[in-house]
Amino acid sequence: MMKTNALFKRRWFVALLRSFILLIVLELLIMFNFFNGFWVLTIMSLFTNIILATSLNLINGFTGQFSLGHAGFMAVGGYTAAVLALNFAPSLIKAGIIPSLHNVTLKMPWGLPDMFLPFAKAIAPGGIVLLFSLLLGGILAALMGFLIGLPTLRLRGDYLAIATLGFGEIIRLTFLNINYLGSASGMPGIPQYATVMSCVVVAIITVYAISNVVRSTHGRAMLAVREDETAAQTVGINTTRYKVTAFTIGAFFAGVAGALYAHTFYLVNPSIFSLLKSIDVLVMVVLGGQGSIGGSIAGAVLVTILNAFLSNFPEIRMIVYSVVLVMMIIFMPHGLLTVRDLFARFRPKAGEPDNAAPDR
Amino acid sequence: MTLSGLQSFGIQFGQYLIYGLSIGAIYALIALGYTMVYGIVKLINFAHGDVYMAGAYLGFFFINFYRNMNLPGAWYWFAALASAMAASALLGIVIERVAYKPLRMAPRITALISAIGVSLFLEYGMMFWQTAQQKYYGDLPPLIKDTTYFPFNIFMVQKQHIIVFVVAVVLMIGLYAIVQYTRAGKAMRAVSHDREAALLMGINVNTIISATFALGSALAAAAGVLFGSFYPLKPLLGFMPGIKAFVAAVLGGIGIIPGAMLGGLILGVAESLVSGFLSSTLRDVVAFAILIIILLVRPTGILGKPSGEKV
Repeated sequence: MMKTNALFKRRWFVALLRSFILLIVLELLIMFNFFNGFWVLTIMSLFTNIILATSLNLINGFTGQFSLGHAGFMAVGGYTAAVLALNFAPSLIKAGIIPSLHNVTLKMPWGLPDMFLPFAKAIAPGGIVLLFSLLLGGILAALMGFLIGLPTLRLRGDYLAIATLGFGEIIRLTFLNINYLGSASGMPGIPQYATVMSCVVVAIITVYAISNVVRSTHGRAMLAVREDETAAQTVGINTTRYKVTAFTIGAFFAGVAGALYAHTFYLVNPSIFSLLKSIDVLVMVVLGGQGSIGGSIAGAVLVTILNAFLSNFPEIRMIVYSVVLVMMIIFMPHGLLTVRDLFARFRPKAGEPDNAAPDR
Repeated sequence: MTLSGLQSFGIQFGQYLIYGLSIGAIYALIALGYTMVYGIVKLINFAHGDVYMAGAYLGFFFINFYRNMNLPGAWYWFAALASAMAASALLGIVIERVAYKPLRMAPRITALISAIGVSLFLEYGMMFWQTAQQKYYGDLPPLIKDTTYFPFNIFMVQKQHIIVFVVAVVLMIGLYAIVQYTRAGKAMRAVSHDREAALLMGINVNTIISATFALGSALAAAAGVLFGSFYPLKPLLGFMPGIKAFVAAVLGGIGIIPGAMLGGLILGVAESLVSGFLSSTLRDVVAFAILIIILLVRPTGILGKPSGEKV
């Protein structure tokens, strides 16, 4: 037990190190204007999509509860961020409750060279507003997830999918009918406080948190619920509790992603958070492989890059997207990252004598 | 002539009821396809709303084709209706063979994703082909053409609602007869009851599944032609009615044919009353609210029997 624990810790350290190297490389590439504005936005939405896909995977892939309402929770986060940034932040900054970091000449602390200045700038402007709106957006979305999950999670399979779809649409239609939130035109003009750096950091935190949840006792209980709800109940697992927990955690990160989205693309409106967005996220999860964190990341990368390339051909974009979707699901029904299945071919099947194994 | 408050309320109520029954009949026609497909392959056919859209466009092509053939009376409209239904039936079979059949043994969620892919393909393929511009059927024969009647001088009834309702009811009776009284219908019921047992009895399950998709798609196309005869066509028109028809199918009890008819009519009337008396922006919320209430109170639907899980 000790040994595996240490192994996990080492693996995590390596993974963390790798993601920070990725972050620094990305930041350097952007610093030297390697990407144009379009690709910077694509990279930011890529990391937002990773957050969405891993959080939906916790609900769909790990707990086996088929949700089609992720865009609704994203909308809660997005609108929270918009209201906070547009209606509250200016007066809070004026009152001195939130320190203003605009138009302040930054100096690197601890005598670090000015080369690192872009890193500091990446965090500083609006960073505190961003942090507030991410947290508040996440918390409100989680609250919504809890309230919706409590009654709906009694349902199973397709019925649950349609009920979550219904709730997602109700959230969206509610925002559509509130004048304070701009009705159909939404809320434009949100300052772009999110940076590539903040997107990457939030994505890393999300992936780290969700993999830790999955590996914890609670996560094991969630897996048990996925495998067989009745059996899980028989061994004393409070299935409702774990289903609602997974749903709430998933909703929290969807809300965070929504807030991040608002601060990336300057605006929120009801049509962004339509069923199509939920479907997009679901496609990432299923194409990547359900119940696999690496799969969700791969799926998010695939879908984002596909969308980015296809945006050059707006007329046939959705046609190609749909054809690729159907082809991939027919030829790889278990997802991209089914490495385990790939190797399973070489492992002896259960019940077969293990001839290849060395004698011990 | 002056009316009391109660009288004018009654008149309004009657008018909304008629309107609701007519859109409810369209929902019911679409819901039948959902419910039959779900009953037989346990798949939420997300593309079904777009088959309805494709049916409306097919009707548009056929009506322009037959109009120049000088058929007597309203026959060219009926010819277009029948042709659109036949072409849509073919479309339904092709969709099933290409996108769903290879996934019959895979996890159910994959077939759902495939259905979403087909739905997007139909929507945006049609948008690419026919552009996003609105299309109109144009001139209709006098029998079908919309007029407004004023029975008793105080009531206002539009003929289109009556036509939609009557045609839909005739088609539903036809479907009911097919399912109840033909060999193919019997086979459909058998496959939906127990696929393996039906296979052992010598029923060709693949043919029956294709036939189910064909029937469902034909009904959706009929709904599309009925809609297109009186409203403008857009490539994305199938999305909302598709979801609402699914709600109707769940409301009546999914897999149950009379349930889909009942659910469609109830949903249509509820929607019409809410948008008439409360606010028209709430009309889309009604469907989802009904869905959630029915799922929480009676998930097997109005006509469904509650069933526990066997371990």
